Amino acid sequence: MAALVRLETRLSRLREEYFLKNRSVDEDRKIVYKAAVKIQSWFRGCRVRAYLRYLNKMAISIQKWWRGYQSRRYFRKMIKTAYFIMKMNFYNEMAVRIQKRWRGYYVRKYTHNYYALKKYLEAISLNNEIVRNELQEYAEMNEKKKKKKDLEKKEKEKKYKARKMHYLLSTEQIAGIYNSPFRKFPDPMELLLRQSKPLSHRQQQPKSPFTYDLYDWPTCKRPPAFPTGEPLPPIGRQKPQGPFRDAAEVLRQRYKPLEPTLRVAASISSPLEKAREEMKREEWRKCIHDNEFLPFSSYHKNEKYELSIHASEKIGKETYGIKHFREVQPNKWIAGKV
Amino acid sequence: MAVRADLSPARLKISFLQTYLCSETERSARRGHSVGTPREDTPRGHPAAAVRCGGTRRLLSAGAVIGAAAPRYRRARAVGGRQLRGDRRGTPPAVPPPRAPALRSPTNTFTVHRAGEKSRVPAPSGRFSRGIKGEGVISLLRPLLLDVVPTIQQTAALALGRLAYFNDDLAEAVVKEDILPQLVCSLSEQNRFYKKAAAFVLRAVGKHSPQLAQAIVECGALEALVICLEDFDPGVKEGAAWALGYIARHNSELSQAVVDAGAVPLLVLCIQEPEIALKRIAASTLSDISKHSPELAQTVVDAGAIAYLAQMILNPDAKLKCQVLSALSQIAKHSVDLAELVVEAEIFPVVLTCMKDSDEYVKKNGATLIREIAKHSPELSQFIVNAGGVAAVIDCIGSCKGTVRLPGIMMLGYVAAHSENLSMAVIVSKGIPPLCTCLLEEHEDHIKAAAAWALGQIGRHTPEHARAVAETNVLGTLLSMYMDIRSSEDLQLKAKRALKNILQKCTYLPALEPLLHDAPPNIMKHIVGQFSKVLPHDSKARRLFVTSGGLKKVQEIKAEPGSLLQEYINTINNCYPEEVVRYYSPGYSEMLLERVENYQPVL
Repeated sequence: MAALVRLETRLSRLREEYFLKNRSVDEDRKIVYKAAVKIQSWFRGCRVRAYLRYLNKMAISIQKWWRGYQSRRYFRKMIKTAYFIMKMNFYNEMAVRIQKRWRGYYVRKYTHNYYALKKYLEAISLNNEIVRNELQEYAEMNEKKKKKKDLEKKEKEKKYKARKMHYLLSTEQIAGIYNSPFRKFPDPMELLLRQSKPLSHRQQQPKSPFTYDLYDWPTCKRPPAFPTGEPLPPIGRQKPQGPFRDAAEVLRQRYKPLEPTLRVAASISSPLEKAREEMKREEWRKCIHDNEFLPFSSYHKNEKYELSIHASEKIGKETYGIKHFREVQPNKWIAGKV
Repeated sequence: MAVRADLSPARLKISFLQTYLCSETERSARRGHSVGTPREDTPRGHPAAAVRCGGTRRLLSAGAVIGAAAPRYRRARAVGGRQLRGDRRGTPPAVPPPRAPALRSPTNTFTVHRAGEKSRVPAPSGRFSRGIKGEGVISLLRPLLLDVVPTIQQTAALALGRLAYFNDDLAEAVVKEDILPQLVCSLSEQNRFYKKAAAFVLRAVGKHSPQLAQAIVECGALEALVICLEDFDPGVKEGAAWALGYIARHNSELSQAVVDAGAVPLLVLCIQEPEIALKRIAASTLSDISKHSPELAQTVVDAGAIAYLAQMILNPDAKLKCQVLSALSQIAKHSVDLAELVVEAEIFPVVLTCMKDSDEYVKKNGATLIREIAKHSPELSQFIVNAGGVAAVIDCIGSCKGTVRLPGIMMLGYVAAHSENLSMAVIVSKGIPPLCTCLLEEHEDHIKAAAAWALGQIGRHTPEHARAVAETNVLGTLLSMYMDIRSSEDLQLKAKRALKNILQKCTYLPALEPLLHDAPPNIMKHIVGQFSKVLPHDSKARRLFVTSGGLKKVQEIKAEPGSLLQEYINTINNCYPEEVVRYYSPGYSEMLLERVENYQPVL
């Protein structure tokens, strides 16, 4: 029973002890719980870390392998291109050598051909010589022509002078001025005078002095004749008495220019007739003989040969045409002047 | 000698004119001494004067002749002032003796007109025509143009033309007085003498200035002139063509107006006419038209002018050849195509015969034509060289003097400028000696400048060319021209450029040596540069350089360190051993003497 009492006394405290025990357990529970959580989380973390590490390693290994593969590929490519470049350089070098030779040859032969240039320059000098000679000849020819013309002009002038001064010719009695008796031989002028025919006494037409104004024009070779036929009546003439018209009117009418109508201005015959006439005129002009043209030589077989006048004359040779002509008979002239 | 009071209006007009003109001659014949006789004070309204002189026609011709006096005076003045003194050949009483009063002698008009026709009349045209203008002779002449009698009209027109020809104030007066429309109207109606006189007036007015020519164009004269070009009489055609030529000469608008009036085909027809003078004038007109612009030249070419012009080169008349060559050169100068067209007309080698003509201007114009063709392209120059043109031009240059040479010189320059082969062709044709003589002999600066330029063009291509130029010792002349203060700017510039061009390629040392002594620094640079290029490779040249004193001169040159000149000098100095360089450096003798002085002899 003592135990019971003790138990009973403890009983009152049991509820509190029970409560406190539970409560302390509850109070610890949080801490314990937290501790448990920590431990578990750490452990889980370890596991996960181990797993990640493992994954990492695997990934690295894959990447390693992949990268190696890529680089090897790249390296192979690089080698190929380097090789290619080397080859190309070599080819370029060789091509440059060939082109160098070829260009040198081509330029020397075709573009800047030294020998052709030399020949060309020689040809040019030759050509220049020829041209110079020809031009020289041309110039000389011109000079000669000019001199000849001058000489001829002088001759003509001399002859004209001689003709004008024919009266200076010496006669039997009176020696002319060019034929002085003290000279051994007569002056050439004397000889010229002997040969020249006297200039005839020509009426000099009174040249109208007013035509000189227009002589300055370059094409004016003769004085232009103004359409006035007669000189104008002198100023100051007394107005004539009688039923005469005013002088100005008369002049105006007199000098009215001709204005022919078309009919007058055109010729009478039409072009057709003119052409016909032209043809007829041609025929008359061109016709040499009236003999008909006979086509074959057999037509001419029986023709008798007609002697010419020269041969058919009985008396002798015809002197006309040989000894003399009708126009000129110098032996019949009085004086031997040309 | 009684006064006839009843004079018809025409006679009156004529008499006024006559008295006026006679008194005017008298006045002028006394050389402007204002001696006023009572007669002279009242020139007008003096019918009595008319009496003393007979013949209307003579009076009018007196009027025309007074106008003629002016040109003869001018000509005489050009000949050289003898005409004012007593030295007149065959002058009859040209100057009425001062003591005789003006109008009393019946032979007065005779003397006046004789004066006009025969002599170099001492009529001072300037004072004279001013005197005339002052009194308004144009307005006096104007009504005479409308006169009934055709002779009077023609002579009045002639007088107007002569007056307007020599004095531009009078030409302006002619325009102002509205004479031109009248002339133009009557151009189409009247006979050929009037047409000639009217064309002469138009030419006289149109020659002075573009404004007057414009005035002529505005009054519609061009159509009338073009109609005159179709006339039968060659004199009329000549007058019309001449007038058109003077109008077209001034500027391209006027030329265009002439072309628009349809003149060009008619001018080409005129060229084919047999009269030489007409051909001449037509060729000169075509030349004036085509000189302004390529389009105008093309118009002339389209009318087929080139073939006829090319044929006429063979004509023996010198003036015609001048004009024809000038026309062809004006056509060819504008563009390559036109030049090729001219060449295709087969003018070579005929043109080369013109270079040997006795007339100088034919030579000049021929050289101008060849120059205008050669300057466009290397192919044309090549063609000319192949035809022997260069030789002909070179001979021409050698035989002429003065400005006649200039186109030939320029032609050589143009040919040589195109390429080195052509330049070598010029050298081979012996082109350089005439150019050198030209440079030395000529007095005009522009010709010398052209010669210098041509030499530069020849020598600038390769060392061989430069050597050919330098061998003639012309470099010294060029240098002296450059340095001469009296030479013009243009000459100095061209000489300098030529010198530089030649020096940059010249390796002919004997020619370079003399230049070392006188050259200014900018030229010296090139000379020394050339030495520095040649000396390192040629030992003989080095020796010659030393013995001729060149090394000494080079040492004396002061150059800024670092400049190109200094580099060249260093290069040269490096060609020689040290002692030699030191020996020739300036002040070496003094240095040696100093050393002698400072030397302590070892006893």
